[in-house]
Parts: sequence; C-alpha cells; structure tokens
Amino acid sequence: MHTKTLAQIAQGLRAGDYSSQELTESYLARIKQHQDLNSFITVTEHQAIAAAKQADAMLAAGDAPFLTGVPMAHKDIFCTLGVKTSCGSKMLDNFISPYNATVVEKFNAAGAVSLGKLNMDEFAMGSSNETSFYGTVKNPWATHCVPGGSSGGSAAAVAARLIPGATGTDTGGSIRQPAALCGITGLKPTYGRVSRYGMIAYASSLDQGGPMAQTAEDTALMLQVMAGFDSQDSTSVDCAVPDYSADLNNSLTGLKIGLPKEFFDEALNSEMAASIDTAINEYRKMGAEIVEVSMPNLKLAIPSYYVIAPAECSANLSRLDGVRYGYRCENPTDLNDLYIRSRGEAFGTEVKRRILVGTYALSEGYYDAYYIKAQKIRRLISDDFKQALEQVDVIMGPVSPTPAFGIGEKTDDPIEMYLADIYTIAINLAGLPAMSVPAGFIDNKPVGLQIIGNYFDEAKLLNVAHQYQQVTDWHQQTPKGFE
Amino acid sequence: MSLTVDDVNKIAYLARLGIDAQDTESYAQDLSGMLDLVAQMSAVNTDDVTPMAHPLDQAQRLRPDQVIETNNREAFQAIAPQVEAGLYLVPKVIE
Repeated sequence: MHTKTLAQIAQGLRAGDYSSQELTESYLARIKQHQDLNSFITVTEHQAIAAAKQADAMLAAGDAPFLTGVPMAHKDIFCTLGVKTSCGSKMLDNFISPYNATVVEKFNAAGAVSLGKLNMDEFAMGSSNETSFYGTVKNPWATHCVPGGSSGGSAAAVAARLIPGATGTDTGGSIRQPAALCGITGLKPTYGRVSRYGMIAYASSLDQGGPMAQTAEDTALMLQVMAGFDSQDSTSVDCAVPDYSADLNNSLTGLKIGLPKEFFDEALNSEMAASIDTAINEYRKMGAEIVEVSMPNLKLAIPSYYVIAPAECSANLSRLDGVRYGYRCENPTDLNDLYIRSRGEAFGTEVKRRILVGTYALSEGYYDAYYIKAQKIRRLISDDFKQALEQVDVIMGPVSPTPAFGIGEKTDDPIEMYLADIYTIAINLAGLPAMSVPAGFIDNKPVGLQIIGNYFDEAKLLNVAHQYQQVTDWHQQTPKGFE
Repeated sequence: MSLTVDDVNKIAYLARLGIDAQDTESYAQDLSGMLDLVAQMSAVNTDDVTPMAHPLDQAQRLRPDQVIETNNREAFQAIAPQVEAGLYLVPKVIE
C-alpha cells in the first residue's frame, strides 16, 4: 500500500479499496517502524485517526474533495493550530501554534489527513538538516548520509514511503536539493504563488512553500491545493490558478530546453554531469530541441544571497525575544539580559551566524554597500534568466553538484556548504518556479534533474517532468529496507 | 574583510544575541569568510541598476482601514512565558 502514489491512493479511497483509517493506521505504523530516520519531530496520531474517520464519513456520503482521506505531513515551519510548531529550533520547542498557516487550512479543506510535523534545519537555515535542534535526519538511500535541507524530513519521509506527500519550503533550494538527494519530486513555485501566511519567515523576499511527492502528477495535485491568492500575505500575487493536471500529457515535440553553460563548469562532479546529460538525451528522444544559453552573473548568486537572506533573517528573527512566546531564559536580571540570554541560549550556531552577518550588513554605514548592492546584483541575475527564457521554454541543469554527502562531512566549513547551493539559489533570487526530478543514481545515491520555468509557468514544468517520468522509472525506485 | 572578536561582540550586542566567549573567535573567522565571499559583488559595476526587492516588482498592497480581525488575546497569551492581567511581563524597565 505504501508504495502507491498520492494519485493512486486518492483513487483507491474513492473506489473503496481501503478506508482512510486503514491507510492512516498503516502509515502511522511505518512512521513508528522507521523512527530512527528521525524524519518527524511530532507525530499527531490521535488527531490523524480522528481526521481519517471524518474523511471516511465524507467519502461514504459522496461529494468529498479530491484529497479526502489522503495521509500527508507538513514541514514543521507551517503553523498548525494546537500542535507544536518548532521550526527545528529550541526557541520554539514549547510553541503550540494558536493558528493554522493558510497552506495547512487549504490541505484541511481539501480533506487531507496530516500525520504530523516534519524535521528540518533550524529556521530552514541549512542544506543538510544537520542544524535541527532535534538532530539530523538520515537519508533512506544511505543512512550515513544527509537527506539534504532544509526540508530534509519531508524528503526523507516521502522517499522512505512513510507518507505519500509532504509540504516543504524553499528559500535557496530547500525543496529541490533534499528532493534530489532523496530521489523524490519537488516543486518550488513562483514567488507569490503559494501563501506565506503562517509559514515561519526566514528570508521573506525569497521564501516559498511547495509540494514534495513521488511523482510530478502528485506534485500537481498538491500544488492545486496550495496555490492561490491570500489577502493575509502581503506579497501574495493575485493571478488565476490554472488546472495543473490539464497539461501533464502534452507532447514535448518542439520544446526548447536551455542549458546554461555556467551550470556545467568544473564545479560539477563528472558523474553528475553524465547523469544530467543522459536525462537531457531522453528529452531529445521525445522531440525537444537543446539550446545553449548563458547566465554571466550566475557566479554572483551566492554572494548576493548571503547578504539578502541573512539580512532578512536578522530582521525576521528579531521578534523571537522571549517576551510573547517561545523560549525564555531563567531569572533575567533586566530586559536586555532577557533578550540576550533567551536568544543566545535558544538559537543554534548556524542561525546565530546568519543573524550576525545580517545585522552587520544592515548596520549603519553598511546598508548600501551590502544590502542595496546585493539587491542590484539580484536584478542582474534575474535579467539573465529573463533573457534566457525569451529564447527557450525551460532551463535544465543539475540541482546539486554532488549526490548526498556524509553526515558531519561538511559541518566544519559553513562556506563550503553554502557553495553547494550554486544551482538552486539563483532561482530564488529571480523568483522563478523550478522542480527537482529523480534522474538516476551515483553509487546508489539519487541524482536530481532541475527544470526551471518562466513566472507562473508551473503547469509547463509539471508537463515536462511528467513526460520524463513516463519514459523513466527513477521516481518509482524505493530505497532498500523501505520497499 | 576581516572581523575581530571586538567587532563580533559589538554586532552580537546590536542583535541582542548572547554568544559564549569561547565561540567568539570562531564566529569572527566564519563571518570574515562570509564577508570575503560577499566581497565578490564589488567587482561588478551596478551604478545604473535598480535594486530588486520583489521578484515581480509588486508594490505593497493597501486595504481599507477596517477592523477585520477579532481579539485573540487569551489564545495568544496562553503560550506566553509570563503574563498578568492581560499584560506580558518582563523585568522592570523604568526604575
């Protein structure tokens, strides 16, 4: 049952092949059986079974929304009413959210059954899930390796078939990179497509929520639920939501695929380059045309990101001060002591690093040299993509320069960890949608193909990904021990 | 760009962020490394470039000045570290 896709599960529920309660109990048992993966922070067993029973009643009555009774789980960055929402931090270890994120409300309204909250890097700052207060998540393909981050729990849980779908968020690659490292399908929508209300902010001008599942078809179903204008999010874009499943079967004959030469430079692992090449060849066979494009400013994406993201993070995280919610230190002597010790005791090293850099970049005399400069570079990068997307329909390349690396391998050198985000970060700066699709293995570790599209062209991305999944079976592979 | 331990302490105070004394040196190194990485931006002339704040260059939306939310004080204060009579308590600020 657990290897079924979300689409198959939804159909099976409707056909009466099993009840939502049976499904939910079976997935809950798998989550328990594989708890050493550490993919969940909180499992909401009782709420899930109650929701499943309600879903079964709705299914029996007919006229239930499409995802009714389908189990899934949320990254622990999405606020869930009455349930701990930790964001992977000691700071929010005691935070029981008094409201639901819009994304959570939408899944509830669609009938989905949430099984709990998924592990993640602390405040989504990390590429390996090693910065979580709740410990590192293991990659089900190689348990000595990281699952990627920051949505590492989401990716590992879907890969291990503990849930058929999960929400994630992507600020610099946090959906796509873990999806790639765990061999699942993930989509980062256009900035503004999915509401950020109740999604704990890291870098507000870059953060975007999106779906993670086994297949492109499943991510289309989930995006259908998530997308849409929300007056509660001041950066939400008011633009019609198309039917994301309608174009999945369109032919790719004549599709123009751009390959940025800067994506295939010496930084790319040669086996990774070969895997991507093989994937591109599949597209050639399907009738696509391959065009070389150039992104001259791509190399500036990491410098620009590591000003903008920390600057916005230092502002966003300033509200976590031990006064209204979250962690408070013992016996503060005065108000400053309360702020300094509450924050000092509750934030981890990586979060502190980024708060410090951001505070410095925004401090008097440095604002123009850092933040404004980075925003100008951001426009140059965005213009590179705009020009390329005038010539081609989609852009393709790797997601990550290497497959999953060992737990602890890169923790001593934060800069080296940052540099590994080279292929994903630029897309967030531009605000474009992009996917990661399973495209092979290197030493039994999954490889992801990145597909980047134009603003609000998610349906095209899903079509391009789905067609690839009709001629390959990488997305159907299940890690050993989780079959 | 190289930051000293004093710089780190100053920045940490601005951020109201406690840092263990034995870690200050390693933060100074990490931050200097990040600033070196960021310094690559200065090689590019951006005099005529408009800074980009929103990927779709959207302006902030306005809404009518109407009350649209109900008072949830009790629910919000139920998770507060310390409250009394509907107020959040902190150490005394004014002597």
